[in-house]
Amino acid sequence: MRRLLPGLAAVALVACEGRQSVTGGDGLHSGQFNSLFLIFLLVTAFFYLLVIAFLVAAVVRRRGRAEDRPEKSGGEGGFRLILIGWVALVALGLTGLTAASYFSDAAAGGARPANAIRIAVTANQWWWDVRYLDPVPANTIRTANELHLPVGVPVHIQLKSNDVIHSFWVPNLAGKQDLIPGRITDITLIPRKEGLYRGQCAEFCGLQHAHMALDVTVEPMETFEAWRRSQLRPAPPPATPLAVTGYNYIMTQECSACHNISGTPASGQVAPDLTHIASRRSIGAGTFPMSRGHLYAWIADPQSAKPGNHMPYVGLEPHELHGVVAYLETLK
Amino acid sequence: MSSHFRAVSAALIAMVALPSCDRETRENRGKPLPESVPGIVGDPRAAEYEGNAFHIAQGQRYYVWMNCNGCHAHGGGGMGPPLMDAEWRYGGSMEQIVDTIREGRPNGMPSFDQKLSEQQMWQLAAFVRTLSAQPRQDALPGRADEMSNIEPRTLDERRPVERTSPAADQARPR
Repeated sequence: MRRLLPGLAAVALVACEGRQSVTGGDGLHSGQFNSLFLIFLLVTAFFYLLVIAFLVAAVVRRRGRAEDRPEKSGGEGGFRLILIGWVALVALGLTGLTAASYFSDAAAGGARPANAIRIAVTANQWWWDVRYLDPVPANTIRTANELHLPVGVPVHIQLKSNDVIHSFWVPNLAGKQDLIPGRITDITLIPRKEGLYRGQCAEFCGLQHAHMALDVTVEPMETFEAWRRSQLRPAPPPATPLAVTGYNYIMTQECSACHNISGTPASGQVAPDLTHIASRRSIGAGTFPMSRGHLYAWIADPQSAKPGNHMPYVGLEPHELHGVVAYLETLK
Repeated sequence: MSSHFRAVSAALIAMVALPSCDRETRENRGKPLPESVPGIVGDPRAAEYEGNAFHIAQGQRYYVWMNCNGCHAHGGGGMGPPLMDAEWRYGGSMEQIVDTIREGRPNGMPSFDQKLSEQQMWQLAAFVRTLSAQPRQDALPGRADEMSNIEPRTLDERRPVERTSPAADQARPR
């Protein structure tokens, strides 16, 4: 047991890390779930202690020997009272738990608020395709593996899957919601606290399930609007000769068959949108932090960086690789 | 904890381990292979890709991703010729299909040279061959990406494999 304890403590500590924490309570719904958990904990702990107390009392008092027992027991009435009290207490506790569970469920699955920001998230093996929907089609933003949310504003997310069942989970903000091929599911988030959070696919979806993360940034409305405007801009033309080499490679060779870069001929739709890739916090769906070195590694050999992902080994020549990275770094 | 028990559990564990001996290996990266010479039949890669369930499944993804179904539908043809019959304008062997994908063909088939990696073209060809049910039946994907009114192509029970002989492939007009 002594050896087990540090292990158990380590398991418990996982929940403490701020960016991905089930007890974070940084969204309205996760806050409600936290309260629900607390209610369950208190009620069940109360009953547990009560039962243990009765057990201990029974052991301590012991059943007397037969000859010590009086002819007629006088405690029948008291016993009945205790029994009735116990049943009433259990019924009350269960009713309370059911009601608490029902109300927090109803709040989580309630109607979508009218002022909600609409986002469509499509899961793929193993990345998230994110679209900010807008009544004006030209104002639709497409990005990948990141969510920017204004604090305090409800967000309605439509969830789809292109291949297998995934599950959308930003533990700090809300519970899980599955993405099922051929169906549309949805979830509403109301972030309450600014910060950087980490979402994670919560349904085993293949080799790289663990490397299918989502960078969530909750920020003030003005910052969010600034981000939105920057995302609407098309990619700037390459400025340096090196970046031009990279631009030419991307437009004429393999990259553009799958990737899209707005404002250029690259218009593939089956891989993450690269229009603002350099402005993201990570590459490969949270696999690596965004940096020049990781970009090099990823493009040179995606199958060592994240084995099994759908970006093929292309085998660029060194000068092409330098150019492609130089151009991608300008895509802020 | 008799020796009996130990022997039985050892045998059971050995049985569990056995299936891994016959596992198909996944070639994620694709070997850096030399460019193939167009029109040559007998490329060693043909056999490597054709009967391989992983490569066929990857090819099935690329078939939709590269919009092959835009013209060929899901094998039945439309603007482009059907791929599920025995008629091949430019040859129906693995090598010839890869060649068609790489070089493009007159009247609309675009060239995917430098758009797909060599491995992706072979995987795509492996899937195209399954549309006319030529490869091993047990390597076919169980999933379909399109709506269909037929049973899944994976068979319930194993049938003896009927292969078209290489000689018959050669004899067909290219």
